[in-house]
Amino acid sequence: MSDDLPIATLLGFGPDGWGWALVSGAGLTLAVALGAMAIGTLLGALLTAAQASRAVWLARAAAAYGVILRGVPELLVVLLLYFGAPGMLAAGAALFGLPPPGSPPALLTGCLAIGLVSAAYQAEVFRGGMLAVPRGQIEAAMAAGMGPFARFRRVIAPQVLHHVLPPLGNIWQFNLKDSALVSIAGLAELMRVSLVAAGSTRRPFLFFATAMVLYLVMTSASTALFRLAERRGQRWAGGR
Amino acid sequence: MSEELAFLAATALAIVRALPITLVLSLSSAIGASMLAAVLVAAQQTRIGRPLAHVWIFVFRGTPLLLQMFMVYYGVAALGPIRHGVLWPLFRDPLFCAWLALTCCCSAYIAEVLRAALAAVPTGQIEAAKACGMGRGTRVRRVIMPQMLRLALPAYGNELVMLIKSTSLASTITVVDVTGVAQLVIAHSYRTIEVFCLAAAVYLALTAGLTALLRRIERGLAQ
Repeated sequence: MSDDLPIATLLGFGPDGWGWALVSGAGLTLAVALGAMAIGTLLGALLTAAQASRAVWLARAAAAYGVILRGVPELLVVLLLYFGAPGMLAAGAALFGLPPPGSPPALLTGCLAIGLVSAAYQAEVFRGGMLAVPRGQIEAAMAAGMGPFARFRRVIAPQVLHHVLPPLGNIWQFNLKDSALVSIAGLAELMRVSLVAAGSTRRPFLFFATAMVLYLVMTSASTALFRLAERRGQRWAGGR
Repeated sequence: MSEELAFLAATALAIVRALPITLVLSLSSAIGASMLAAVLVAAQQTRIGRPLAHVWIFVFRGTPLLLQMFMVYYGVAALGPIRHGVLWPLFRDPLFCAWLALTCCCSAYIAEVLRAALAAVPTGQIEAAKACGMGRGTRVRRVIMPQMLRLALPAYGNELVMLIKSTSLASTITVVDVTGVAQLVIAHSYRTIEVFCLAAAVYLALTAGLTALLRRIERGLAQ
């Protein structure tokens, strides 16, 4: 019976301890959040570009994407992707006459689900950031013969970055917390590990409290990192 | 085809029947969280309350709501004093646990919104009100509150939208709300995409309706 094991043994790194499982769970949580953030940034930038596009249908589709993904619970997106993906993939494969490929890996599904939501929020942030750069400056950079890359690096990024960093920090925090939803897909991230440990040792309070502490460590460490980045960003924007 | 339509109609009906649970949970935790947030902001103005409110906000904003729900429903409920105490009938009920977790979590976010709004009320006005001889109560009622509410409304509205979406997590602790019904229907029918899209449409209608309502109130206040 694990009911009478001391806390130090339960949370330790020995054979009866859940220490390693919890730490690697926290690592997977970070991996999901990072993957989601990357997918969100990529897709979010595309959505921002699409919303600014002259093709009306494209702009409308991007706006609709934002309204839908920001108005629907993240849990539903995770559930839809996790339970719906095998069917969708099978249907897609059938179009090409291939056998159904089965379920995609839980890590991928998780990153994608959180990333799709993240993209909708990041697109809003980028749209707001772009407003910070006067059109005239971009035209001036073009007239000076700067290519799109140089324009981004030397004109847009320095001015937008310090506007965009604080809200991106918030979105990162949401990604980190939303990654707990992926536990439903069976991925052994921190939430899942604490749930399994709570069930098999019958010490739910202990393990949920430990998981809370680990989440707090991750969220407050990233707050500190973002604050550091903001300070550097401000220096970059300096002279004003 | 008609079979498909009949299935969709039956599912839509089942989901609409679960709508009251989602609405009651949203409304009751919105009220609870707003009141608790007001208490937190008031506590922040005192020397003893300040660190306590800070810890509360830090913990509930820094951990996932899903974990908080499990903590309340499985963790706290397993503690001796709760399990064998007078509060057990409450903690046995998943709906109460979902309400408690949502209230605590959202109170932390709403408190941040209110604090920012309070900080945005110009100090000069508060000093002017003092100079006019207004007492503390009058100052809060006639100078601080009206401006604070107007300043806080957009962000407060966002938090309410988040709250409605968050109620879906109650389904993970066996509350049969809109998401819970959708999962039950899928367990019987294996028709994932249609059912989840129907549920998503319900949430979208709720959040879009709330957003439209808030925008209307904002416009009314701006005049």
